[in-house]
Amino acid sequence: MLPYSWIIPLFPLISFVAIVFFTNRKPKLSSLVSIGAICLSFLFSLIVLGMVLKNPVTSEFKFTWIDLLGLKVQMGMLIDPLAAVMLLVVSTVSMLVHIYSVGYMEGDPRFSRFFSFLSLFSFSMLGLVIANNFFEIFIFWELVGLTSYLLIGFWFEKKVAADAGKKAFITTRTGDLGFIIGILILTTAAGTFNFTEIFHQVEAGHVSAGLLTLSAIFLFGGAVGKSAQFPLHVWLPDAMEGPTPVSALIHAATMVAAGVYLVARTITIYLAAPDAALVVASIGCFTAFLAASIGLVQNDIKRVLAYSTISQLGYMIMVLGLGGMTAGIFHLYTHAFFKALLFLGAGSVIHAIHTNDIWEMGGLYPKMKTTAITFIIASLSISGIFPLSGFWSKDEILAVASHYPNPIFLIVGILVAGMTSFYMFRLCFVTFFGKPRDQHKFEHAHESPKVMTIPLMILAFLAVFAGWVGIPWLKHGFSSFVYHHHPHHVEPDFLLMLISTIVALSGIYLAYAMYYKKSISPEKLKEKFAFPYKVLYNKYYFDELYHAIIVNPLLRLCDRLFVKFDLGVIDWLVNAVGNFTVFLSDIKEWFDSHIVDGMVNGTAYVTRGVGSGLRKVQTGQVQTYAFVIFFGLVLIILFKLG
Amino acid sequence: MNYQLLFPQIFLFLWAILIFVLDFFWKKGKQNLGYLALIGIIMTIFLVLDSPEGKLFGGMFLADSLSSFFNLIFLLTGFLTIASSIDFTKRLSAHQGEYFALLLLSMVGMMFLASAGELVTLYVALELTTISLYVLAAYLKNQSKSSEAGLKYLILGGVSSGILLYGISLIFGLTGTTFLKDIKMALITTFLTYREIGPALVLSIVFFIAGFGFKLALVPFHMWVPDVYEGAPTPITAFLSVASKAAGLVAFIRVFFESFLVFQVDWVLLVAVLAALAMIVGNIIALLQTNIKRMLAYSSIAQIGYILLGIVAATSRGLASVSFYIFVYLFANMGAFITAIAFSNTTGSDQIKDYAGLSRRSPALAAMMAVFMLSLVGIPPLAGFTGKYYLFSAAIEQGWIWLVVIAVLTSVISLYYYVGVVRQMYFRTSPAENRIAMPAPLTLALIISVIGVLIFGVYPNIFINFANQAALVFHF
Repeated sequence: MLPYSWIIPLFPLISFVAIVFFTNRKPKLSSLVSIGAICLSFLFSLIVLGMVLKNPVTSEFKFTWIDLLGLKVQMGMLIDPLAAVMLLVVSTVSMLVHIYSVGYMEGDPRFSRFFSFLSLFSFSMLGLVIANNFFEIFIFWELVGLTSYLLIGFWFEKKVAADAGKKAFITTRTGDLGFIIGILILTTAAGTFNFTEIFHQVEAGHVSAGLLTLSAIFLFGGAVGKSAQFPLHVWLPDAMEGPTPVSALIHAATMVAAGVYLVARTITIYLAAPDAALVVASIGCFTAFLAASIGLVQNDIKRVLAYSTISQLGYMIMVLGLGGMTAGIFHLYTHAFFKALLFLGAGSVIHAIHTNDIWEMGGLYPKMKTTAITFIIASLSISGIFPLSGFWSKDEILAVASHYPNPIFLIVGILVAGMTSFYMFRLCFVTFFGKPRDQHKFEHAHESPKVMTIPLMILAFLAVFAGWVGIPWLKHGFSSFVYHHHPHHVEPDFLLMLISTIVALSGIYLAYAMYYKKSISPEKLKEKFAFPYKVLYNKYYFDELYHAIIVNPLLRLCDRLFVKFDLGVIDWLVNAVGNFTVFLSDIKEWFDSHIVDGMVNGTAYVTRGVGSGLRKVQTGQVQTYAFVIFFGLVLIILFKLG
Repeated sequence: MNYQLLFPQIFLFLWAILIFVLDFFWKKGKQNLGYLALIGIIMTIFLVLDSPEGKLFGGMFLADSLSSFFNLIFLLTGFLTIASSIDFTKRLSAHQGEYFALLLLSMVGMMFLASAGELVTLYVALELTTISLYVLAAYLKNQSKSSEAGLKYLILGGVSSGILLYGISLIFGLTGTTFLKDIKMALITTFLTYREIGPALVLSIVFFIAGFGFKLALVPFHMWVPDVYEGAPTPITAFLSVASKAAGLVAFIRVFFESFLVFQVDWVLLVAVLAALAMIVGNIIALLQTNIKRMLAYSSIAQIGYILLGIVAATSRGLASVSFYIFVYLFANMGAFITAIAFSNTTGSDQIKDYAGLSRRSPALAAMMAVFMLSLVGIPPLAGFTGKYYLFSAAIEQGWIWLVVIAVLTSVISLYYYVGVVRQMYFRTSPAENRIAMPAPLTLALIISVIGVLIFGVYPNIFINFANQAALVFHF
């Protein structure tokens, strides 16, 4: 089976093509095709994971794709425990989101198109996961970026959505520029695109330390864009303009994790370039804090979740930079489930009451029990409450951070954990409890259809239990499956567990006190800390800053370029070329009518004079042609003999 | 004597005769003769794939990997031509059978040409090829343009034949043989003994270039191309633009790489200049065209310029790149012409401006046409890109920087007129609403072309190996 793993991404690709060309006009059929394809991918991912579990070795399959002079590109697959776990995570979440979308997108005029995009995304993401070289991963990397753009702007009639799509695309492309520079440096130094070959060379020390550090930092640029890390994090909150299932699949569970995956995939390089690794850890740590602090005060349910995603991704990036590859991927794995669940739950709420503003919600618990319960389970999981998934993975991250000599990472890690549990339960309490704030909307609220709630329940199950594979007491848990070089056994650190649990619980309690019991008034706090509140509420003014220093100057420059350069130079050039062409054809015409015809007529006179029998078939033109042939011939002969 | 080597040619010839004969008896449903011709071509393809290598008649007839490669090109082109003609010939009042049979005969001629190891064989094969094509070019005899095209083609073809014969007789005079292998040996010995044969040899080389240049439509032997391409029935134009050029190319390769390779210095620069001329003139004049057939005619002149880059390189890599590109060109150019056939069958127009709004009327057809156009420009990941990359890098390897610079610059010019068609189809609207009729055989031909363009672009490796095989015939 392993050599045929390429079949996993193939199913969604087939479904994409089928929908675009055949079933586009039949929405129901399109969704069935799409779901069928992703279910097959899921099944095969399970089989692959099972085989890799049984025999955890790295297997690589490749073939030469292009072999032209000086350009040799291979395509192939790298199936190892890391890829196998990612395959399963991606296909599971994707499958559930596909099913959920049937309910969420019901009645949308572009229903089929939505499913074709989902299929295209699944294809690209699964392809990215099994790529075995930088060239291939870059292709899929860009493809997921493209589908992300298409899906954020899916409701392109809304200007905000179209703008958000553009913003996401351009911002991530900025990071990708770094990515491609990193690839070029690395492959020039190593002479190949292939991961394993490059890693061998890096480990053998064939790549100089300077180049390695440089390329590692540039490569990380790609991850910064895709995983929305500081300073390119600004696109992800805006990306929430896309349909909620898209936010769950692409902007929470899978695509944004691609950056994390990239760092994990190339962890060898970062281990060999400690300076670059420190940059990675610092950026991750800073982002985790920054995003969590913004998340504290946002009012749009999806934006809170978006900042939470950025913050959690920062967590993963940080721990990868600290060398904890297992911990990072373990958190990616658990996070995928509970974050997808949170988004789908939020989607269910939005579907019911048609608003994103949490202050228009409230008291929804009795009306939407399934949604509320699963949402709270996910919140408990992300807050790291024992014994849910999130607890184990967060604990492992903190454990890795605690071994690092500089305590800053551990301190920030614990602080972020507290902030996370606070803003998550702020959401829970405001949305599901208390008095309904908008009576009209409340009355129309209803539980979502089964096709939406069943995925929620499955994900809730996973949000509770998925992390149990990494319990430190397990002999052969997650850490002895996905690892770099040596399987290790995590020692449970009870003190750390205790601290993180206390911090998480106090975050929840604070939220409870402020938003349920109202024993602490949020309004008073707001007034007391007016300045920090304003800064946080405005997301540290990043958007304004970028507008002021990048976007606006660029627009002005373009304006000026358009006026001066486009109208002045380009138009002039175009006109000049046009005039020149006209001039040339004039010359040609003049040449034709004077010289050529003259000569032809001359020859004609001669020929006529000689009284050749050719006269009968003489049409001026053929003669011209024959004349040109001979004229050319004579010229060539003169050229050769002269 | 291993006559099995001749089986493909003999089989196709008999099949053509069969169609001639059946044409007498078959009164109704004559387009079935077209299907019959298609079957014959498919069977010949299998025969070619199956045929062993070797030579006959003391080296007059060579069956090697080069000839099989080009035979496949001729047969494929013929297949696509006939498939796209079936709907068109229905509208001919008479002589439908001859149309197919003549096409097959022309292909037989080309197949002999690809295997010619001797100059007289080569000449006769060339004549068999062209004479059938003279008739076919004038096939719409009640249209004055078509008759004119046939007549012009005949006259100028005769002229170029004469020039070629002159070259052949000069060579025979110099060496006393017409066998390509012996010519090389004789020329080396004579050239080493008597220094003064230089001018005569140069003359004959120039005459060969002019003779083949007519088939290849090299500037300045290209004057017939636009008129004939415009006047001839469009399927025949398609055939002329691909198969006939491939035939000229294989004859050129046989003669120049077998006999004249040692005198490289005498002809490579000349061919390079002609290539540059073809690229410049073809592309610039194509810019001004408003008729799609004339546009494709001039662009095909330019395309030959690109192909000559591989010949100029004069290495096995160069030859492999030529073989590869001719395949790529086959699919893209045939595809473009087939689209034009379908379009004019329905609308009766060949004007580029009438392609406006095609993406709404027939989205699939427009998409395929866009693929062909972009492949002809050389946009990745389509076949044209791979082919051009291969050609250009082969030329660069041999230091032909200036030529490659011209090639790249003129490719940019070609972008303008190729994409102009795409722009018409996608960004202009037209009041016309009716779909373009797509008869089954024509659709099949289009799909084969599109798949060819895509596969050669996305996964060129298997075909490159095939082309490399064909290039191994000569020892550079």
